[in-house]
Amino acid sequence: MASVHRVRKSLAVLWPFVAGTAAVVLIWQIIVWMKLKPTSEIPSPGMVLDALRGLWNDGVMLGAMWNSLHRGVFGFFLSIIIATPLGLLVALVKPVRAFVRPILSALQQLPSVSWVPISIVLFGTSSTTVYAIILLGAVPSIANSLVSGIDLVPPSHIRAARMLGLRGVRSVRRVILPAAMPGYLTGLEQGWAFAWRSLMAAELIATTGDLGSGLGNILTEGRNSQNMSLMLAGVALVLACGLLVEKAGFAPLRKRILSTRGLAVA
Amino acid sequence: MITLSDIRLTYPSADGPALDGLSLSVDQGEFVSVVGASGCGKSSLLNVVAGLDRPERGSVEVEGDIALIFQDPALYPWLTATDNVALALHDKPMRRRERRAEASELLRLVGLSEAGDKRPHELSGGMRQRVAIARALARGANVLLMDEPFSALDAITRDALHGELSTLWKERGLTVLFVTHNVREAVTLGQRVVLMGGRPGRIERVWNVDAGYPRDSASDAVHHLEREITESLRLLMDGVSA
Repeated sequence: MASVHRVRKSLAVLWPFVAGTAAVVLIWQIIVWMKLKPTSEIPSPGMVLDALRGLWNDGVMLGAMWNSLHRGVFGFFLSIIIATPLGLLVALVKPVRAFVRPILSALQQLPSVSWVPISIVLFGTSSTTVYAIILLGAVPSIANSLVSGIDLVPPSHIRAARMLGLRGVRSVRRVILPAAMPGYLTGLEQGWAFAWRSLMAAELIATTGDLGSGLGNILTEGRNSQNMSLMLAGVALVLACGLLVEKAGFAPLRKRILSTRGLAVA
Repeated sequence: MITLSDIRLTYPSADGPALDGLSLSVDQGEFVSVVGASGCGKSSLLNVVAGLDRPERGSVEVEGDIALIFQDPALYPWLTATDNVALALHDKPMRRRERRAEASELLRLVGLSEAGDKRPHELSGGMRQRVAIARALARGANVLLMDEPFSALDAITRDALHGELSTLWKERGLTVLFVTHNVREAVTLGQRVVLMGGRPGRIERVWNVDAGYPRDSASDAVHHLEREITESLRLLMDGVSA
């Protein structure tokens, strides 16, 4: 009974997504049927599917997805490790805040892709370049959100911590960080978005050297061979990876954090 | 035990003192209620006792370990009731399991033995306030400074908590200074009721409540005194607005 219920529930969640995708594919197919452009410019859904099948049969698909996801996720965790103590320092130590917060805010609005040429000159087309770009994109965003999250901790929480005799590291670990968690989570999601975008940009620009091939390289290869189907197949894979991280990583985390606090309907 | 003598307190941004010439003493194990109109300095009085505000004149003496309890129980929403109380034991040389056991014991004492695994948002307002009291006891507090702790609760829940607070106070020999704007609540709980007047905050009058415990808030004795104190409060407020 319970499993029937669960299947029905996940169907109820899934069907709008399936229907939406089907609608997009249908409109796309209709446009192809109208022959506004040759299929070398607007390929049909079937041709893109063929390109995907080709990538699968050549054994390229999983390798490229793995390379990109692996780089993205590793860069993202590196960003978390750097941004979290940085955000804490900026939020809790006044002089650090005064000096570092404006720099973080400036960096946050600067597209990290603009560092790619400099990075390539400094580090060549290596994974160092890729990680430098990811860090420059994700770290300011995560750190800034943590600072805002901490600024929004209700004063009653801080007062209660003082009354409970919680001070220093213990009050940060037991009260301030958990209280800032919803804001921090938003920062992580935003940080991942920055990391993933930065990675794609870096993979598009830095294509030679000792980098194993990722999704960006599929796009580049499609461009070099004027193969629109291959490029669209690459876009579909980038999209799929993004959805995978959101649905398997962030969605359950968000649900858990919000529902334990009574902030979301489970 | 609490002794305040000739206290004067002025907040930096205010145009006059919040408290002036205020003296009050509360014996060890005594329950004293403080009533007064909004803004008469009741909360400032508690802040001075708690050491949160330093008076510019007068002396403050407190014997015992203080805990403040506010209208907002300020529980941590990510922790269960048990863990909220156990967190108060963080500086005790105990294992995590021992802390949780002691927290459960304190929750039982405030009538929440069933609710230990619930999070604050799953508890009613009255239950949350009980967790806050259990947490204060976990800190080893024997002097409770309570600032309108039950004013957000419905009448039935409030009555129940009055009974339980009285029991807890007697059993544990607590000293309680209880601030409220609800005269009936003040009379139902306190051995003495202190009426404060405002601008600047000072003590106008003190009543002894002779009725024994447990007290019925609907009883004649409570009702009679309530009427008398309410009348004084009204005169005081008319005097201020005139």
